[in-house]
Amino acid sequence: MKNFSIYFLLFATFLSFGLNTFANVEEVSENALHEFEENLEQAETEFKTSDVIMHHIADANEFHLAGNIAIPLPVILWDKEAGLKLFLSNVFHHGTQAVDGYVMEHGIVKKVVGDFPQGTQEVEVHHGEVLANGHHYATEGKTTLLASSSFYDFSITKNAFTLLMSVSLLILMFVGMARFYKKGNKIPKGIYAALEPIVLFVKDEIAIPNIGKDKYAKFLPYLLSVFFFIWFNNLFGLIPFFPGGANLTGNIALTFVLAVFTMIITNINGSKTYWGHLFNPPVPMALKPLMIPIELVGVISKPFALMIRLFANITAGHILILSLLSLIFIFKSYMLAPVSIAFVLFMSLLELLVGFLQAFIFTLLSALFIGLAVEDHH
Amino acid sequence: MEMEGFMALKAVGVGLTVLGAGIGIGKIGASAVEGIARQPEATNKIQTAMIIAAALIEGAALFGIVAATFLV
Repeated sequence: MKNFSIYFLLFATFLSFGLNTFANVEEVSENALHEFEENLEQAETEFKTSDVIMHHIADANEFHLAGNIAIPLPVILWDKEAGLKLFLSNVFHHGTQAVDGYVMEHGIVKKVVGDFPQGTQEVEVHHGEVLANGHHYATEGKTTLLASSSFYDFSITKNAFTLLMSVSLLILMFVGMARFYKKGNKIPKGIYAALEPIVLFVKDEIAIPNIGKDKYAKFLPYLLSVFFFIWFNNLFGLIPFFPGGANLTGNIALTFVLAVFTMIITNINGSKTYWGHLFNPPVPMALKPLMIPIELVGVISKPFALMIRLFANITAGHILILSLLSLIFIFKSYMLAPVSIAFVLFMSLLELLVGFLQAFIFTLLSALFIGLAVEDHH
Repeated sequence: MEMEGFMALKAVGVGLTVLGAGIGIGKIGASAVEGIARQPEATNKIQTAMIIAAALIEGAALFGIVAATFLV
């Protein structure tokens, strides 16, 4: 039959669900301790979907490739008592060695709480607890906005490395493009030929309609930078192996900084009418007590929405792709793999579109806010 | 016991948010397609406006999802 392959695929899918119904024969063990240890080991090696997914979208101090193979990254710590500490992340030997009171669990550097000997030390790390020389210690993570701890982490993590790499790529491409045009060439060749229509798109469809023909030139560099930065980092996040594989635009700190840039640029370049309307909106007197708080909150809430929109779209896309791949491990069958991979392929194509769209929307809304701020009295 | 009920409520919250997003984007899609049917020459402009409005609604929906999943 012509459609034999489709029937085979459907049959294989149904069979894969059926194969899971063969139950394991359980052995009744005489020794209760033996059974407890077996259960403990099974719980340790069990596939916990949410842990795996969170581990993949979070930041880490090394590029984890497979099993125990990882690409090490520099670890730069500022300990509040002991000062600057610099190592390469492979000194932690994948979590089996502590250095100067620091351990690494699942690729993230943590500090051991309490008295811990300096120098190198053999340890075991499980679920945030360190076992060394027969003693149990607790660990603490780095200082963040929500948690205060005894050390600051300034390391070049996966996200920092990807940031530096994508910025170098952007500088290389666009400074080269600027030099090419300065030399007097009108017709671009190679990569510049691919970038030119996109640059013109940002200028003609985003900058000029929203900011105006006479004022757009001052803001065009920022809009171009933000567009290409977000787009390239979204694309890098979709590549599963080194040098991609870091969820950079899905990190709320990065999107926060981009939104702060838009807020600063909008408010510094605000015209007198803009600031006038903020504190004295042109509405009837009865509505003024309602509109003034709304306008003031709007100064913060518009960039806040920009931040959340980019962060949530990219992170949600990554979580979706990882969940579909985890289906294979949850059902524990090879037959599910073609179906799962087909879904993941479709979702990845959608994520390509979402990556471009989110960069476009961020740039469009930034241009809109700037345009509203620099507009003169009409 | 409490934790499981809690997690289920989070999932219900996420589902409701996605329901709102689905209805909103569905309405935009419907009017966009109707507008293109009335005036095929304006297809490009209508398409651009549709994509922009859909992205904004999706932003609002994802804000709800983030609040339900990470902030609670």
